[in-house]
Amino acid sequence: MENSIEVTGLIKRFGQTTALDGLDLTVTQGEVHGFLGPNGAGKTTTIRILLGLQRADGGTVRLLGGDPWRDAVELHRRLAYVPGDVTLWPSLSGGEVIDLLGRLRGGVNRARRDELLQRFDLDPRKKGRAYSKGNRQKVGLIAALASDVELLLLDEPTSGLDPLMEEVFRQVIAEETEQRGRTVLLSSHILSEVEALCDRVSIIRLGRTVETGTLTQLRHLTRTSISAELSSSPNGLADLAGVHDLQVHDHTVRLQVDSAQLDTVLRQLTSHGVRSLVSQPPTLEELFLRHYETEPSK
Amino acid sequence: MSAFTGTGALARLIVRRDRVLLPIWMLLLGILPLSLASGTAQLFKTDAERQGYIDDLGGSPLLLLFYGTKPSDPSLGALIFWRSATGIVILALIGVLFVIRHTRAEEEAGRRELIGAGVVGRHAPVAAALVTMTGASLIVGALVALGMISQDTPASGAAAMGIAWASAGILFGAIGAITAQLSEGAGAARGIGIAILGASFGVRGAGDVAGGLSWLSWVSPLGWIYQVHAYAGDHWWVFGLIAVATAAFALLSLRLSARRDVGAGLLPPSLGPASAAASLSGPLALAWRLHRGSLYGWLCGLGIVGGLLFGGVAKASADLLADNEQLKEILERIGGASGASDVFLAGTLGFGAIAVAAYGISAALRMRTEEAALRSEALLATGVSRLRWAASHLVFAFLGPTAVMLVTGLTAGLFYGASTGEVGREVGREVPRVMAGALVQLPAIWVLAALTVAMFGLMPGRAAAIGWAALSVCVVLGQIGAVLRLSQPLLDVSPFTHIPHVPGGPVTAAPLLTLTALTVLLVVAGLAGFRRRSVPVT
Repeated sequence: MENSIEVTGLIKRFGQTTALDGLDLTVTQGEVHGFLGPNGAGKTTTIRILLGLQRADGGTVRLLGGDPWRDAVELHRRLAYVPGDVTLWPSLSGGEVIDLLGRLRGGVNRARRDELLQRFDLDPRKKGRAYSKGNRQKVGLIAALASDVELLLLDEPTSGLDPLMEEVFRQVIAEETEQRGRTVLLSSHILSEVEALCDRVSIIRLGRTVETGTLTQLRHLTRTSISAELSSSPNGLADLAGVHDLQVHDHTVRLQVDSAQLDTVLRQLTSHGVRSLVSQPPTLEELFLRHYETEPSK
Repeated sequence: MSAFTGTGALARLIVRRDRVLLPIWMLLLGILPLSLASGTAQLFKTDAERQGYIDDLGGSPLLLLFYGTKPSDPSLGALIFWRSATGIVILALIGVLFVIRHTRAEEEAGRRELIGAGVVGRHAPVAAALVTMTGASLIVGALVALGMISQDTPASGAAAMGIAWASAGILFGAIGAITAQLSEGAGAARGIGIAILGASFGVRGAGDVAGGLSWLSWVSPLGWIYQVHAYAGDHWWVFGLIAVATAAFALLSLRLSARRDVGAGLLPPSLGPASAAASLSGPLALAWRLHRGSLYGWLCGLGIVGGLLFGGVAKASADLLADNEQLKEILERIGGASGASDVFLAGTLGFGAIAVAAYGISAALRMRTEEAALRSEALLATGVSRLRWAASHLVFAFLGPTAVMLVTGLTAGLFYGASTGEVGREVGREVPRVMAGALVQLPAIWVLAALTVAMFGLMPGRAAAIGWAALSVCVVLGQIGAVLRLSQPLLDVSPFTHIPHVPGGPVTAAPLLTLTALTVLLVVAGLAGFRRRSVPVT
């Protein structure tokens, strides 16, 4: 299958600061790709380079088979973008903005527009200045979703939406991919949203991609928490590779184990006779926190 | 905690935020009467000369409309109080805008909410804006009075004049505070405030021009300031009326402000259409929506009102010059040996052109505002190329000033022709001459807008600073360069120096073509830079 986005070794500098330092990102056609990273990791810069608004200092970028800088206008007709903070013209009504942006992309699907207005519960007659943050975000979302485009670039699109609208957003995005076969790049901080929507995920940090894969694959890369009550005092656990944070109290054991070593550790435990066992897969939070925490040495 | 707790702290915040703007306009307005007085004192030395000047100017209903009824006394002070009435209107306008800027605009931006959550009384934000405006107006008034005393005018008249000026700022500040309570948007509040000022001006003007309607001058709050008649009777009791009205307006604004929710207006917010009209389908249509307000404003303000004033006064000033050899000599030295009214027209059109250049720069800077507010990003992420987006704004940065100068020339030509007697013949002759005078200014106006465009493309962060700095240099060189006897190469820095003096003088094509070529060069450089650089630069 063709890739909608192919980025390799992307570099972007702003004066002395290196915002992107060899970033890789591949989004295959028809998938919802989660794009994660702490604030300042370079997510918005990457998206602006994909939009041809900023020029890369190094690396290769292909978007929908074209060069985003050179072919910006032609490519833009095939995609829609929602920034993390939608700003509107104070004197234009929300409905006018939705129609204008849609027309500039090549047309608005009227039925879809009206349906989205209803589902997102937005009054299109209000002027730009009168909308709250969440409602401005809805205007941007509806403008993007009501256009018939192949690719959606969404930069933290749900910031400011209430949980009810967040749920509507998830349903709509799920429909976008299932019924319309659209590709979505979703930059987000809301892990439950990523978990619910994304087929694959890329985690970036300090301008580099640190993990890419399906959520299942990513989980394998991390640790499982185990607490067990054994028949006898365990020994030899500390010497096993992949065991972390080991705590032993008489017959009770708590530890974290790298997913790859899970089998070995369980064998060791069962050799001591297991009375009870609680095993927890890594939560998404743990997964991200591991990558988000700044290493003190840097 | 009283309802006024925090007023002092908020007033300091206002002064801190406006620490650049506030001193500038206080000083400019404060020294205006002084500069007018020192010039006039040299030209018209005796009461008889001044009486002649007053009668000449007062013969034009248009001038009565702007300056009010003629002073009953030919002293220098009375003449200056009358002639500097425009400053009173400007101070009143600043009063309206200043108070709205620090009340409703803050509320709209959401900062009022942040303030209101602190230890701040309900009345404090409005009170702080009114207190600061009052303070600033009193300083302007003091500068005016001191300037007039320095010109050897009686101290009591100077005091009356200073207080009259200050009253204009304070009174209209209070009116601004009321309009700030009405709408949710600061733009609408400004519109209502300016409309009230305009109506006050119109009603007073009608009362002063039409003999039988003089009571109208007393209906208008702006008219009360004129009724002080400083140096010509010093009607101190008028200040009592002004004080009572100001207090009433201020109290009303505080009452209205305290009764409503933060962020809400007394008038319901207006709704827009649910869908865009079919015409709103491209960047140019959007640019029209964003620029049309200021274009209409400039067309009316300068094009019609300014043109009316320039054209209407030209004849009167020419008549004056016939009586005053010294002034005639000075003007001819500046503007060549052509007819006195031509000199006047060329000079005022040149002055109007500087103002229009400010419009051109601000229209060009609209691109920068749109970019910094991240609104251009949304458009450039659609099928709109950078050039097409920039072009949609450049239409207004270049054709907007062109339209304004065209209308200014047309209006001035019509009224000048009409004032010279034989209407039918003169109008046909004068309109093309005066319009030519307005249009020759365009290349200089364009160069300044083009410089701003170049900076927008090449150094976006500095575009506003450089654009306005360039205009300031032109103002300084054009207005006081000749007086300071600056060297010609220095004067040549301003594009306006190269504009031929039309009507009256010969039209030389070379400077006009050079300036136009420079305009094209700067725009091309700016657009090339914009195509290559990152967007948005904030």
